[in-house]
Amino acid sequence: MMELITFGDTGWGDELLLSMVMTILVSTSSLAFGLLIGTIFASFKLSNSYVLKTIAEFYTTIVRGVPELLVIYLLFFGGSGAVMYMAKIFGHMGYIELSPFTIGTIAVGAISGAYSTEVIRGAILAVPKGQFEAARTLGMKKYAMSFNVIFPQVARLALPGIGNVWQVTLKDTALISVTGLVEIMRQSKIAAGSTHEPFLFYSIAIILYLFITSISYQFFNRAENKFSKGFVREGN
Amino acid sequence: MRFELMYESFFKIIQGIPLTLEVVFLSTVCGLFLAVGVALMRVSENKFLSNPAYYFIYVIRGTPLLLQLFFIYYGLAQFIFIRESFLWFFLEDPLFCGVLTLTLSTAAYSAEIIRGGMQSIAPGLIEAASSMGMSKMQRLRKIILPITIRQALPAYGNELILMVKATSLISIVTLMEITGIARTIISKTYAPVEIFIVAGSIYLLINFLITRLIKFAENKLNHGTIY
Repeated sequence: MMELITFGDTGWGDELLLSMVMTILVSTSSLAFGLLIGTIFASFKLSNSYVLKTIAEFYTTIVRGVPELLVIYLLFFGGSGAVMYMAKIFGHMGYIELSPFTIGTIAVGAISGAYSTEVIRGAILAVPKGQFEAARTLGMKKYAMSFNVIFPQVARLALPGIGNVWQVTLKDTALISVTGLVEIMRQSKIAAGSTHEPFLFYSIAIILYLFITSISYQFFNRAENKFSKGFVREGN
Repeated sequence: MRFELMYESFFKIIQGIPLTLEVVFLSTVCGLFLAVGVALMRVSENKFLSNPAYYFIYVIRGTPLLLQLFFIYYGLAQFIFIRESFLWFFLEDPLFCGVLTLTLSTAAYSAEIIRGGMQSIAPGLIEAASSMGMSKMQRLRKIILPITIRQALPAYGNELILMVKATSLISIVTLMEITGIARTIISKTYAPVEIFIVAGSIYLLINFLITRLIKFAENKLNHGTIY
C-alpha cells in the first residue's frame, strides 16, 4: 500500500504534491481576485450613489445566498459564452475557451469577493473618523488620503477577516474539481478510482488540506501580530 | 433570454425543493443535538472529553465538505468488513451519506457557535445559580442553555443559510435536489444564465424565509430583555 504514495512512475506522491501546489495557486489567485472585487464593491457600498449601493447590495446578496456549486456551474457552462459575446463587441470573431484554472479563479474569486466586500467595508468603517479629517486638514487629495492614510489601516483591521475568507476560499476550491481542474480533490478522486483505494487517497487529501489550513492559520496569526505592533489589543 | 425555457424549467426545478428541505431539516436537527454535546465536551475541563471535541472540530472545519462527503460515501465503502456489516445498509445510500456528512459538518460549526454563546455568559449568573443551590444539570437547563440560545441565534441563522447552500453538494453523489436538476437542465439546454436565475431565486427565497424566521425568533426571545 505504501508504494502507492511514493514519488515516481508507480506512486501517486508527486501527482498529489503537484495537486497541492495547484490548490494553493488557485486559492491564492481567487483570494486576490476576490479582494480586488471586495475593495471595489466595499467602496460602492460606502459611496453616496444610490445606484452603486444597489449594485453592490445585489451582488453580495446573490452570491451569499446561492450555493457555490451553482455559481461554478454558471461560469463553467456560461463563462466562455460570455467572453465570446464580449469579444464580438470588440470585433473578435471565433471560438474562445477559458481554461479550468481561469474559470475556477473567476468563480471562487466572485464568491470570496462577496465575503471580502463585507470584511473590507467593516474595516473601512472601523478607521477612526479623525484619520479622515486629519488627512483632509493636511490638504491631502482623495487618492493620497486613500493610499497613504486609510488603506494601510484598513489592511491591518481587515486582516483577521481576510484570514477567515482565505479558509473559506481554500475549501471552496475543492468544488472546482467538477470543472476538471486537477487540484487535491480531483487528483485524489483520480487516484482513488484507478487504484481502488479511495479510503487511502481521501485520507491523504484530508491531511493535505489540514496541512494547508494549519500553515496558513499560523501565517495569518504572525501577520496579525506584525501589523498590530504598537497597538494595544484588548484581552491580551 | 429564453423565457419559455425558464418557465418550463421552473416547474422541473421546484420538484427538487422537497429533497433539499428534507436534507436541511434532518441534518440541522441531528446536527444541533450533536453540536450541543460537542460544545459541552469542548468546554469541559476533562482532557479526555475536550481533546476529541477539539480535533473533531479541527478536522471538519479544516477540510472541504465535498471531500468529507467523498470520504464517507466512497472511502468507507472500500472495506469489506463494512460492506458485510449492517452499516452497509446505511452507507450504500447516498441520501444517508449526504445527511450524515452535513450533520457532522453543521455539528462542528455550530459547536463553536454554541461555545461562543456559552462563554459570553457572565460568571456571576452561574455563581448566583450555584449559591441558590442549583445542581449542575439545573444550571445547564435553566441558566446556561436559555442564555446561550439567545446569544448564539444570529450566528446560528448564518449557519442555517450555509447549510441550505451546502445541500447542493449532494447532487454530486447523484441526488436530484435543486442544484442537481438545474445542472441536468443546463447540460441539456446549454442555457446556464436562465437556469441559474431560476434555481438561484429559489435558493434566495428559501434563505430569505430562514432569515425572517430567525429574526422572528430573536425578537421573541429578546422580549423583555434590557440591554
